[in-house]
Amino acid sequence: MPAALKIRQPGAYSTVQDLGRFGYQRYGVPPSGAVDRFAAKTVNLLLGNHKNSAVLEMTIAGPIIEILTPCTLAVTGAAMSIKINGNLVDNWSSFAVVKGDVIAIGHAESGCRAYLGINGGIDVPMIMGSRSCYTDGRFGGHEGRPLVAGDILAYCDDQAGSIECRTLPAAYRPTYSSHWELRAIPGPQDDYFDQGLELFFSQKFTVTPQVNRMGYRLKGPKIERKNTMPASIISEPSLPGGVQVPEGGDPIILLSEQTVGGYAKIATVIREDIAKIAQTMPGDTIRFQRVSIAEALDIERKNKELYSFLKEEYSNAQSFAVLGKQYYKSEIFSEKLSNFLRQI
Amino acid sequence: MENNQQSKLFSEPVFRHVGDRGLLVEFSAEIDLETNQKIHAFSRLLENPLPEGVIEIIPSYRSLVLVYEPLVVDLQELKKMLTSLYRDLESNPIANPEIVEIPVCYGGEFGEDLEQVASHNGLSAEEVIRIHSETIYPVYMIGFTPGFPYLGGLSAKIHTPRLATPRTTVPAGSVGIANNQTGIYPIASPGGWQLIGRCPYKIFDPLRPNPFLIKAGDHLRFTPVSSQDFLKLQTGKA
Repeated sequence: MPAALKIRQPGAYSTVQDLGRFGYQRYGVPPSGAVDRFAAKTVNLLLGNHKNSAVLEMTIAGPIIEILTPCTLAVTGAAMSIKINGNLVDNWSSFAVVKGDVIAIGHAESGCRAYLGINGGIDVPMIMGSRSCYTDGRFGGHEGRPLVAGDILAYCDDQAGSIECRTLPAAYRPTYSSHWELRAIPGPQDDYFDQGLELFFSQKFTVTPQVNRMGYRLKGPKIERKNTMPASIISEPSLPGGVQVPEGGDPIILLSEQTVGGYAKIATVIREDIAKIAQTMPGDTIRFQRVSIAEALDIERKNKELYSFLKEEYSNAQSFAVLGKQYYKSEIFSEKLSNFLRQI
Repeated sequence: MENNQQSKLFSEPVFRHVGDRGLLVEFSAEIDLETNQKIHAFSRLLENPLPEGVIEIIPSYRSLVLVYEPLVVDLQELKKMLTSLYRDLESNPIANPEIVEIPVCYGGEFGEDLEQVASHNGLSAEEVIRIHSETIYPVYMIGFTPGFPYLGGLSAKIHTPRLATPRTTVPAGSVGIANNQTGIYPIASPGGWQLIGRCPYKIFDPLRPNPFLIKAGDHLRFTPVSSQDFLKLQTGKA
């Protein structure tokens, strides 16, 4: 496990995450994991890693990192500027760095969370089947906490993938605005509401400053329960995307660090749209769009096909590059080259 | 067990959708021990082995949630299977729950509020310890923090309101009372429970092969130990 990255400044809130920890929610352990799964999977794709390789989730402002060993990096998600020794490089593209380079990642100009990946994935201990950091539980990621200055991260060299630089074509990159449409399926307690449900699916809500990986508190028209329904429900498991409505009527979108909830959930944001929540900033507006389970499935299927397509494209590009390299090293090429040199 | 009344179990399971990858299965409208035991029995039957495409089963007070891969699982088929399993449950006897012994050193530095719990209820500290440790507590569900058990069964004789001002840190293993509930803190956290003692074992340790001492469906018994035994058990376990 070569030590690769030395954190000079940690950024606003940077944690190591993979795609999450599953099978332990019955023990009170939430899934955790990258909130924007699309950006996390894509950064790994650009590096030739497995999609579940651990990456650095950077929130609002990125870190300053010193490179300790040659490696390949990429940044996806929120538009944070990336400078190598002061020179800008592109987001959504992998780039090679060498020992002594200093990478400065700026603040989010649009979106909220960016993902830094490294060839092979960040090497932190696997705990309960995942490398994701769960800060409240104080385990996972790097020592169970957000990064601080002086931390050193290693990469898994046994899993190191291609080091040809790749870029995600602009057509596939999401754009982050300040207004968001989130697709959601009514329930599990949509029967607690009547006009409230109509209001929820037609009005705009504003993202408040009270947001984190546990949940997003929104402000907007008050959502009222039917007057026959109790203020709370008997506590039950909550899943990422659940929108609970507490007594005051201001909805809260529950995210990936919550296991139990005691308020009625009016709707649940589909998984493919949780990545959008990850990129909202306080002050942004949200409108919920009602979809059926069948529609959510179609969306998931299409996104899965897109991912497979990109993966295929990159594996072709990679093998082409490898073939090219072999050609340049081959005897046939050196013979041609020497013939050419003799002629001039 | 404690009630001979008619079962509160719904005759058919009630399904609710939790987005595109969760299915909530409700067993009854209220909290009831027998129903909760049925839920744990159901969950055990269901997970051996987990049906293809089902990622996890999360049991709770009166319901359970199945998390599934929507591109693998046929939701209608899954509901059919769950309904038939639910019907069979009615005729299946409930297995005896596992009893987990939790040693507790009551009072002193480990249970600073023991005297207050005693005086609030017009009892001596010894009586509080006796009442607290002679009950067997069913674990209805686990959640809120890793390993935190939601327990039933606290005797009304020792119900005590929360502290007016919560502590900023409660050490891991602390055993406390808040209103009609008793519980144990698996990790250090802020909290407003009246602390009556502490357990020397780690209720939750992410680095242990089995990180959890308690699972939903278990029953807990708190056993009083001396402060010398507390230290022995603590180091013996470490």
